[in-house]
Amino acid sequence: MNVLVCVKQIPDPNAPGKLDPQTRRLVRDGVDLVLDPGDEHAVEAGLQLVEKDGGEATIISMGPPRALEAIRRALAMGAHRGILITDPGLENSDALSTARAIAAAIEGQDYDLIICGTESTDGSSGAVPAQLAELLGLPLLSFAKKLEVSDGKAVIDRQTDDGYDVVEAPLPVVVTVTGGINEARYPALRGIMQAKNKEVKQVGLGDLGLDGKAGKAALTQEVVDLTPAEARKAGEVVEDKGEGAKRVADFLQELKVI
Amino acid sequence: MAGVWVFAETVDGSPKPVVLELLTKARSLGETTAIALGPGASKSVETLGKYGAKRVYVHEDPAFRDTLATPAVDLLARLIEKDQPDLVIFGMTYDGRDVASRLSARLSTALIANATDVVSKNGGWAIVSPVFGGTLLVTTVPRAKPPTLVLIRPKAVAAAPAASAGAPQVQMLTEPVESAKPVARVLRREKEKASGPKLEDAAVIVSGGRGLGAPENFKMLDELAAELGAAVGASRAVVDAGWKPYSFQIGQTGKTVKPAVYIALGISGAMQHTVGMKGAKAIIAINKDPQAPIFKLADLGVVGDVHKIVPQLIQEVRSRKGK
Repeated sequence: MNVLVCVKQIPDPNAPGKLDPQTRRLVRDGVDLVLDPGDEHAVEAGLQLVEKDGGEATIISMGPPRALEAIRRALAMGAHRGILITDPGLENSDALSTARAIAAAIEGQDYDLIICGTESTDGSSGAVPAQLAELLGLPLLSFAKKLEVSDGKAVIDRQTDDGYDVVEAPLPVVVTVTGGINEARYPALRGIMQAKNKEVKQVGLGDLGLDGKAGKAALTQEVVDLTPAEARKAGEVVEDKGEGAKRVADFLQELKVI
Repeated sequence: MAGVWVFAETVDGSPKPVVLELLTKARSLGETTAIALGPGASKSVETLGKYGAKRVYVHEDPAFRDTLATPAVDLLARLIEKDQPDLVIFGMTYDGRDVASRLSARLSTALIANATDVVSKNGGWAIVSPVFGGTLLVTTVPRAKPPTLVLIRPKAVAAAPAASAGAPQVQMLTEPVESAKPVARVLRREKEKASGPKLEDAAVIVSGGRGLGAPENFKMLDELAAELGAAVGASRAVVDAGWKPYSFQIGQTGKTVKPAVYIALGISGAMQHTVGMKGAKAIIAINKDPQAPIFKLADLGVVGDVHKIVPQLIQEVRSRKGK
């Protein structure tokens, strides 16, 4: 079984993000960049499948040249090889362009599953996996908190508002996984050393035959304004010296909850 | 007048609450059409009309309920080609996201997710979405051919019936639903046990985070919630750790809630979480870390040990209720 895993490099979500007010883009300078923690679960899900049934896990990402580091992290976890889509013409791409570029880059690859996180932690629109499935004419198994593959089919437990649905689709299929699906492994030192020698192919718009069809040339939308949201005012903060519970109860009474 | 469509998700013939919010927004933007799909969808027509739909497309094929996204995308693409609406609004729900995203790729059109508002501007649309936990508002305009597809977060708009609503014009569709391509089929549905009010509807929410230390400590939240008639919620950290099912999760990737009172226990207040709860009227936070960002939002913050304070609070509430 061969698995493709889509990943994104994002600014460390534990450090507050900033947008450049001029370019209206994420400030990347001076910010630690990491493999999106949501994507680590996608990589883990892919690795578990190929470890069980054999085959290879290929990591695919789009971003500036330094996004290679995010691919290396996934390779250090145990994935076999990577593809980095990088091109100045793809800067500031919207989700649809990203999906087009990924669809073009995996054309001709031999795969049974494409696994993605449900959404990136920074942009969080979550549109790319479904767009990719549509462009490839594949079914999408979304919001999976459990994934099993056998007999040419994938079956997931799909999150719902009040539980989950068991959903099935034939391979090949696109799957998005939630953080609850597994505990992502940490790369071992051996894995980190091996990752340095694993193949990562770099491709650009020309290689993909997408000149004028993706990225800046094909934007479907534009950010025109950024404004700080009205901040909620902080109230009173007290230290608990034995009276904390009483203070809370007083406030609840004031609010007529009690 | 602009043609504004609403993807009206129904459950057993009732529109989901978010659909009424979407209609409230849609009718302020143009002539509203609702698309109601699945068995029993025709039962939703009256309510959809009450909230502003002038016309409702109904198709009751079970495939819309039992097959993910693709039958709805096929039908919407065909109807959009025929009627050429300007704007199509979806709720930011599991199914809404799948359908809108696939449709955007099918039509090569703009899709704007996570929106909290849509306004008509210079003959086009401007869409507002919060980023970075709602600290910044981004305004996006479409640059592709219509329709513009927008995913609106639940609870972003207050639902209100239209002042003057007549019965909507109903168009029953019966064309066969079939796909030449492989699809994802729902085999069965499982509901997770929940007691007390639903998170989305609760006036009071008691919510727990990593600071609780262990899953069994959620028991005291259940107790407190029972005393207050509250629903129990959780942060992403504890859901990811498997302490609570995903249906409890509040935040960017979980539910958006707007209770009268939100009590955050052992929750640090990462943006991921606060974007889903900062619309609460009053916020109470208990956390041992005085630097926790949740204290910047809280109306009342107590720096202390949840394991000590919560049991005391339960006693305190019980004794005051007894009075």
